[in-house]
Parts: sequence; C-alpha cells; structure tokens
Amino acid sequence: MANNKQILSHSDRIFHIFNNLFLIICFIVVFFPLANVVAQSFSSPASVVSGKVLFLPVKPSLIGYKNIMEDRELLSGFLNSFIYTVLGTLISVALTVTGAYPLARKTFAGKKVFTWIFTFTMIFNGGLIPTYLLVKDLNMRDTVWAMVLPNAVAVWNLFIARAFFENTIPDGLYEAAELDGCNDIRIFTSIVLPLSKPILAVLVLFYAIGIWNNYFDGLIYLTKASKFPLQLVLRNVLIKSQMQTILQASSGQDQSEIMALTEVMKYSIIVFSSLPVMLLYPFIQKYFVKGIMIGSVKG
Amino acid sequence: MAAADAVIQKGRKVLKQPGAGSSLSKRILKHWQLYLLILPSLLSVIIFKYIPMYGVQIAFRDYQPAKGFMGSPWVGLKYFQDFFSSYQFSRLLINTLSISIYSLLALLPVPVILALSLNETRWRFFKKSVQTITYAPYFISTVVLVSIIFQFLSPYGLLNNLLGLFGIEKVDLMANPALFKSLYVWSGVWQQAGYYAVIYLAALAGINSELYEAAWIDGASTLQKIIHIDLPGIMPTIIIILILNTASILNVDYQKILLMQNQLNMEVSDVISTYVYRQGLVSVQYSFSSAIGLFNSVISMILFYGVNFMARKYSETSLW
Repeated sequence: MANNKQILSHSDRIFHIFNNLFLIICFIVVFFPLANVVAQSFSSPASVVSGKVLFLPVKPSLIGYKNIMEDRELLSGFLNSFIYTVLGTLISVALTVTGAYPLARKTFAGKKVFTWIFTFTMIFNGGLIPTYLLVKDLNMRDTVWAMVLPNAVAVWNLFIARAFFENTIPDGLYEAAELDGCNDIRIFTSIVLPLSKPILAVLVLFYAIGIWNNYFDGLIYLTKASKFPLQLVLRNVLIKSQMQTILQASSGQDQSEIMALTEVMKYSIIVFSSLPVMLLYPFIQKYFVKGIMIGSVKG
Repeated sequence: MAAADAVIQKGRKVLKQPGAGSSLSKRILKHWQLYLLILPSLLSVIIFKYIPMYGVQIAFRDYQPAKGFMGSPWVGLKYFQDFFSSYQFSRLLINTLSISIYSLLALLPVPVILALSLNETRWRFFKKSVQTITYAPYFISTVVLVSIIFQFLSPYGLLNNLLGLFGIEKVDLMANPALFKSLYVWSGVWQQAGYYAVIYLAALAGINSELYEAAWIDGASTLQKIIHIDLPGIMPTIIIILILNTASILNVDYQKILLMQNQLNMEVSDVISTYVYRQGLVSVQYSFSSAIGLFNSVISMILFYGVNFMARKYSETSLW
C-alpha cells in the first residue's frame, strides 16, 4: 500500500498478476462494446450489415452522421432537450441550495420538522397516477413546466448540499456576519454561495444529466411531437423502430440498402446523442466523485 | 443587547439549545428570511409530492375526472381485491421479486470486488484508466443503454460478429424470453458497477493506515489484508447500500424494463410498476392502477423500516 519498495512474497506476486488480469478483463468488458458502437457508426453501411465491424471502422464513412443531420425530428429533440436541461437545472439548483441553506443553520427553528417533511418523500410517495393526474389538472401537460417542475427538488441532492454547508462553513462565520449587521439573505448571497462553488458544480451536473437522460416524463406528459425531448425521439427511433421520417431521406434506394443505412444511422444516433455528456465527462468524473463523498460522509 | 452579548460569549453552546434565552418566536422573527428562503423548495415538495399522497385516496374511490379526488364515490378496497384476485397478481409479484433479487445479488459483489481490486493495483495510470472506463456507462441514458443492448445482440451486432470469428452461427437472443432477466440484470451490472466501486473506493480511502502498517509488520499477505482490514472497513458502506437496495426491491427500474419489453417477453418482463403504467396511462384505469401503486409504496415503506431495523439490531450500521 504505502510502501512501494516492500519486497513481495511469492503468493503476493501471484495475487497481483491475477488482480491486474481481472482489471484488464473489466476494462475490456466495458470498453469494447462502447468502442464497437463508435466503430460501427463510422463504417460504411455495407460493412455493418456484413458483420465485419469489431473495434475499428471498416471502410470509414460519415454517411450515417450525414443522414441524421438532415433529420428534423432528431434536431428538434436535441434543441428541446437543451432548453429543458438548462431551464430545469437552473430551477432545480436554485430550489435546492435555498432549501438546503436554512437547514444547515443552527439558529433555524423548526429544522427538524422541515427535514422530516423532505425526508418522508424519499420513503413514501403517492405514485405515478396521482402525480400524473395532478400535472394534468394543473394544465401543465404539453408545456415545458411538466418537464422541469414535478421533480425539481431531488431530496437526496438537497441533503448533500446541506451536508456541504454544514461541513465547510463554520458557525463562527455566521455569528461574525450577524454582528456586522448582515441579514440572512445577505449572508447566503455574499458568504455562503461564493464558498460553495464545488457543491454548485456537483448539483448542476447531477441535475443536468438527470434531465438530459430522462425520457419517461416526456412519454407521459407530452403528446406533441414538436415538444419531445431527445431521449423520447431516440426511444421512438431506436427502440420502437419508427424510422419513417429518416427513411424518407433515402427513398429511391432499394430495400436492402435502406436497411443497411438504417443500421448505420442507429449507431450514429447513439454516438451523437451521447456526445454532450461524454464531452462533459472529465468534469463529471471529478465532481460526481466529490458529490458521492459528501453524500457518504453524511450517509 | 444583553442576549446578543451572551451569544458572543458562550458562542455555539447557546445557539445549540433551542429553548435557551430568547423565546422561540423572537428567534423565528429574527430569522424570518430563512423561512423565505426555504419556502420555494418546500412548496415544490408539498405540491408535487404531498398532494399526490393526498390524491392517492382515489385508490379507494371510483375516480371520475369531472368529480375530482374528493367527489368521486367511495368504493373501499374494491380495487385492491380486484388486483389480488386477478390472474396477473402472482405473475407480477413473482416477476418483480425475481428480477429484483437477481439484480440485488448480482450487483452487490461485483463493485466490491472491483473496488478492492482497483485499490490493490500498483500502476497508478492503469488504475485511473480502468476506473474512468468502468465509471463511464453510468452516465449513458436508459434509452441509449437499451439501444446498445439491442444493437449488440442484433444479427449485425458485436456479439454475432465475434461469434462469427469462431464460425458459430448467428443467434437472436432478444427473441428468447428466458434470457430477458439476465439481460436486464447484467446490463445493469455493466452500467453501475463502476459507480458503486467509486463509493467503496472512497470508503477504502478512509481506513486507518495504521492498520495496514500493523498488518505489514505481522507479515500479512495481500489477500489477508483484504479479508481482515479492507472488507471489515467497508462493511458499513456495503450494509447501507444493501439497505437502500433491499428497501427498493419492489421498485425495479421500470423505465428500463418498459423499453426492453415486447410481446415475446411479456410473460417474464411484466412487473408491478410497468403494469401500473399500462393500466393507468394506456388503459386509463386511474383508480385501479393507483391502488396497485399504493400497494407497492406501502410494501416498500415497510421493507425500508424493516431492513433498517434489522441492520441496526445486528450490525450497528443503519440509516438512522
């Protein structure tokens, strides 16, 4: 562990060989399917249907990407998801930090009651149908609000934020600020928030990825195709195989060619739709780990 | 001002005592802005979580949209009886439980082993690479994950391409309902093992290094260190994850199952929550499906308390 120069015993050496072998297998099992998807997406349609593509593109081509760029449904889904994600993340993060800050203050009377109100929603819920009926009665269906409001506050994230405030901001700081005549809102905006950039980053990523990856709210609350988020469009195209719009672009070709093209396009769509999250992955990795740590301290 | 002076002098102690010194109402008045700040999130939870809890009474009523939650006629336990006596009930319960337990058993050991293994490797760059790659699938959306499974198993997918290298004939695994559960569970392990491993690695990093020094002096082998230091060290974390997963045993990932479901595998893939979705939102039987949803929530709540109680009693580790 600590001492790299320590001499390994025979059994330890065998252990390390098997240990590293195990890790290499884990790496292969996770990496190769991903590599294959990327390789297929950059291959020619004929190579894809002939089953030749393993981990490198065969007869590299961009035809899959070229075709999906012409698909309106997909691009509108991309744009919708972008709007839902930005708006939803703003609302969620704002609600979460303003909710977590009072709970982190020792002078806040009623802390226990409020905490319990939030906690109980993690243990019990009204279920899918009553929630759906509420959204329907509020006339929020087919609006952007159905995408961003019902799950705006994730209680788990609120508790992570509270734990962060409790652990990083000493009580003395609040007391000093109060003596200087700062009110509670001023303390929040001028002292707490500037000290909380790491937790803000964690929350932004948690919420943004959650909203970007969600298809189900779109499925139950939206009926107009022009409002569908990307994940719902993907579901219809990739899983329900509704490729009509896409196929129109390639009409005039014979059936087997269309099928081959569809196959490549599916891979291209998978890569294209995962691009935003993958570009953020280095940050995600850094901050998600931090978020998990804060969460587990409180556990 | 006297009260303020006392606060300064005694510092935190005074603040900690709720009833001390100034009266409660004074404290509330002084910190009214805190209540203003918590209001939006509180309202959000009350509207979107507590109103549906109140609305769940439609499970006991014959809900008619025009009459609302309160106006619809009371029918008592009718819908519960309908559900328990329907031929679907045992099938749904068995599918839900078997998928969850299978998932629970598969997803518990793999991340533990991965974390212990990562913790032992001496090549830092290698460790980082494996961690980065195994963690990545966690951020793939459910829709994309299921599409990858479909593409992977398709006649032109990776699996058949690999089998082709060895001259094995093409197989269509998606059409085989017997494999549905394994596909669901192991794709879940593939997606989440890296994520849980990160949690265990954090726990491993917190183990007191003196323990390792003592073990080293005693001449313990690596395997002995893992068994006698690492495993006990992360046991509380394992138990907490077990509690959380056991409590949600009825709440399988229905959003994923819904995507993987088709006519061929319905017999093995239909679970309580996908049934609630179908009956409620596709067949528009609001009351009936609310009753099933409520049944699900209540059992989950009992399980949550039950498992937590057992953990507290037998292992000294619990959520509270």
